Amino acid sequence: MDKPGKGVGARILRKEDARHLHGKGQFVSDIQIPGIIEVAFVRSSYAHGIIKNIQIPDEFKDKVFQASDFPNVKPIIAVPKVEGFKYSEHPALAFERVRFAGEPIAMAIGANRSIAEDIADSVYVDIEELPAVVDLLEATQSDSPLIREEWGDNIYVSKHSQYGDIELAQQQAAVRIERSFKMNRQSAAPLEGRAILAMWDHRLNELVVYIGSQSPHQTRVGMAQALGIDENQLHLITPDMGGAFGAKRVLYPEELMVVALALKLKKPVRWIDDKREHLMTAIHCREHHHKVIAYADSQGKILGLDVDIHVDAGAYSHWPNGPFMETGMASRNIPGPYVVPNYRVKTFTVATNKSPIGAYRGVARPAACFTIERIIDEIAHAVGREPYMVRMENMVPEESMPYRNITNLLFDSGNYAESVRRAAELIEFQKIRLRQQNGEKDGRFIGVGFASFTEQTAHGCGEWVSRGVPVIPGYETASARMMTDGSLIISVGIVSHGQGMETSLAQVACEELGIDPIHVSIRHGDTQTSAFGMGTFASRSMVMAGGAVAKACRLLKSKIGVITAHLLGCQLEDLRFEDDLIHGPTSSIALKEVARIAHLRQEALPKGIDPLLEVLVTYEPNIDTGVFTYATQVAVVAVDVDTGKVDILDYAIVEDCGTVVNPLIVDGQIIGGIAQGIGTALYEEIPYNENGQPLATTLADYLIPGATEIPAIKIGHMVSPSEHTEYGMKGMGEGGAIAPPAAIANAIRDALKSLGAELNETPMTPPRVYAAIMKAKGKLSKSSEVTL
Amino acid sequence: MKSGKVNYHSVHSIDEAITLSQTHGGNVKYIAGGQSLTPMMNLRLIFSEEIIDISKIQELKQSYFFQGRFFIGAAVTHAMIEDGKVNDPTNGYLQYVAQGIAYRGVRNKGTIGGSIVNADPSADWPTALLALGASVMIKDLTNDIETPIGQFHCGLMQTTLKESDLVKGVVVPELSKEAKWSYVKFCHKMGEFAHSIAAIVIDPNLGMFNAALGAAGDKPILLPRLSDYLKSVNISNNDFEIELNDILERDLLENINYLPSSYEFNLHRSIIKKAVMEALIK
Repeated sequence: MDKPGKGVGARILRKEDARHLHGKGQFVSDIQIPGIIEVAFVRSSYAHGIIKNIQIPDEFKDKVFQASDFPNVKPIIAVPKVEGFKYSEHPALAFERVRFAGEPIAMAIGANRSIAEDIADSVYVDIEELPAVVDLLEATQSDSPLIREEWGDNIYVSKHSQYGDIELAQQQAAVRIERSFKMNRQSAAPLEGRAILAMWDHRLNELVVYIGSQSPHQTRVGMAQALGIDENQLHLITPDMGGAFGAKRVLYPEELMVVALALKLKKPVRWIDDKREHLMTAIHCREHHHKVIAYADSQGKILGLDVDIHVDAGAYSHWPNGPFMETGMASRNIPGPYVVPNYRVKTFTVATNKSPIGAYRGVARPAACFTIERIIDEIAHAVGREPYMVRMENMVPEESMPYRNITNLLFDSGNYAESVRRAAELIEFQKIRLRQQNGEKDGRFIGVGFASFTEQTAHGCGEWVSRGVPVIPGYETASARMMTDGSLIISVGIVSHGQGMETSLAQVACEELGIDPIHVSIRHGDTQTSAFGMGTFASRSMVMAGGAVAKACRLLKSKIGVITAHLLGCQLEDLRFEDDLIHGPTSSIALKEVARIAHLRQEALPKGIDPLLEVLVTYEPNIDTGVFTYATQVAVVAVDVDTGKVDILDYAIVEDCGTVVNPLIVDGQIIGGIAQGIGTALYEEIPYNENGQPLATTLADYLIPGATEIPAIKIGHMVSPSEHTEYGMKGMGEGGAIAPPAAIANAIRDALKSLGAELNETPMTPPRVYAAIMKAKGKLSKSSEVTL
Repeated sequence: MKSGKVNYHSVHSIDEAITLSQTHGGNVKYIAGGQSLTPMMNLRLIFSEEIIDISKIQELKQSYFFQGRFFIGAAVTHAMIEDGKVNDPTNGYLQYVAQGIAYRGVRNKGTIGGSIVNADPSADWPTALLALGASVMIKDLTNDIETPIGQFHCGLMQTTLKESDLVKGVVVPELSKEAKWSYVKFCHKMGEFAHSIAAIVIDPNLGMFNAALGAAGDKPILLPRLSDYLKSVNISNNDFEIELNDILERDLLENINYLPSSYEFNLHRSIIKKAVMEALIK
């Protein structure tokens, strides 16, 4: 699959790794400026309450700032244009009411973080505690305390949709499966937390903000609006970032207030998120409850799905997108890669006294995949057939592509069933079945489980409009500037923060211009050096920015070609760009020579051609419904039924993301995504107690998988190029994280088949596995629980 | 998560450390590897303005045989034991315990003295040393005191140390060639604090039959019925498993505060059983 050379398809090493592996990256915390003022936030100790007063010791009165010190800062408002979405405001610093433990109330400043924390600790906030709303189902009951009295309930928005005729499915069904699935609350937990350094530049008369952000241009929009300043006086720069995964895509109140403080003090102000703050107050994610009734025929063909979706969205609505995407995407993706003739879905986006949610890698699709893939397996068990076969038979066949599924997702291309077949081969499925017959020497139970999914990527204008978001990320930009010596600077509006785009976008330039990627610099993350762009999220960057770079390079190529044809005395069509040279029929010229002439020797240019080699373009794929990557993942597990421990013995994935630009980078994204999916499946959780206190706020309690928990992953590729993008590529950044919970849960189900035990809640920790086994053994009645 | 401001003192002898501590009225923290202390100070769970660095005291890094027993200095790191830089008179038991503590980065700095003084019941050394019948050598300004480790740990993260006392090290027996041991712990994720630890040391020549259980209460405990049973157990006996199950059940019912139907109770039972089988089959 790897192509030779250094263009699209080549497996070249990443340029960015040179600095990262040598510890020479530059993160926000690395930036040294004299006189930095460090911020520590005073935060609410209560999940819900009324602020009575804020007491600041006299000696620190000029070192603590609260909401009343910023009368011009507007609250953050993110109300998606979706019917029925209730209005709310998110004050950046709480002043009347607190709605989640950790909510920022005031800022303390000091010469270093230790001093700032001393001062923050000296501030006493008198809060009259109110009952906390903690359970996402109980929050919707009529007797629940309210987070916003004016709403009359705790529901941001509720949406009911019907496709086809669910009653018909019910009548026709030979098989009826009813289950509830729960995914528990998580953090995105990137290695580097949030970080921001803001300082006024007197020379340029602008505020320079170094910030870990996936979308600095977009974030600038939100900041300028809330602060009431002109965008041309706000300069955001994202240097290196230690991961983001969606956690750095929203405008955080802390970030807004650091900028406001820097404007007020006209001094450099910095805030670096510590791990505890991050786990408590950066975006939360994944908390879904799905109640499902599935109908199927006697062969396991799906006839209909009836689903109730509750998402625990937390206390506020983050800018820009608000929490609606979580239920929206869950409801649209529950039918998965299958032909589902009838579907009824009710969604509830619920407010609770917890940290607000955001879009973490995969967004709602891990939960949707968990639900539908567990259901497919249960249908298969009910009809006594192999789950992977039932899966394949229900999938949208290749011949039907492009296929508009029941929730109006347009699957563009792919052979879904083939990915299942190949995944089974990769994991050596038959060998596992044989091994299961023999039993294990150590007494553990072995199982194998599959999970498949589609991933909508690089979706455009129409799709985002339907989600009601205030900023429509339907395009990307690129500018290409060739220097006088033929080297190239390409500026893009996305932010590469682990996706290797400094390499892959240079490969695109190589593909178009024959220029060695060594001579191509990709500039990203700086609102002043690139035209407006939307940023990196939703698996869009390679398609969108890659397409823009291709388009820009082709424009340059065209102009260079006209100049070269003139210089070589040949036709434009006879030129070939390769290895930093341009070849005519009888002679060649170096690309850098043409560049020199175009800038420094304009007398040699053909008539009507201006000097300079620089272009700026916008790009979008020619459909806005997204291009669909898909994959099947398969896990082999060993379950210790005494301790409940689950070990992954083997793991495989067969995926199709269309044309691959750099196989090394794609494999890296897959492995990283699967690692996070395993985190969701087995380890990561932030539980809350009945008072709304988070119970996992350090890495001692919030377990993140490490090298010893992630198996070697077998990766297989299929290539169904997209008709709608440059080179036929599709996005794929999130996919790895979508299927592991489902694959592992299905593997556990397979392992414990003789016991009839099921795991329908993540993370599938040893106590939960043990409880499921005890429940299946009838050692528990339905209402009682294993005391955990 | 940054600690408040501290005054750092580096000392080179035990007497210097204790004297300096007394000068500050005992309101000091000794630091060796700092692997427990510094996170707790950064989380602002504990604080002391005076930090006395004892990691450079040579006497605390020594290890030697004396009177048929083996002394290990308090500032000996887990990595030193893991790497065999310290003699191991326990047929590999100490080395096996050391290599499983947390992560290598922690083991490079963390010390055996620090572990037992921190007295976390879920840590490795408190339980492992209890099964070994170890004692703790303590120095105050005037006296050298030896305390059996089971008494040294007297409550949840509490020891019998008085203000300014310094732990010099631990003393472990030299095990016979015929001694058997096992050490089994249960972690959900490798490197985290254990949810159950079972440590068994059987040395008939020394009259040692110890089954210790950690991460099950305020402090590690010796399981009395199981320890007694180990004196005369015969695994080829037909009733062995039934006897063992019964003894485990009773020991747990009598010594830990978990209901028999609870996950924890069953986990501890599984882990102890695993340790017993491993020790006896050796």
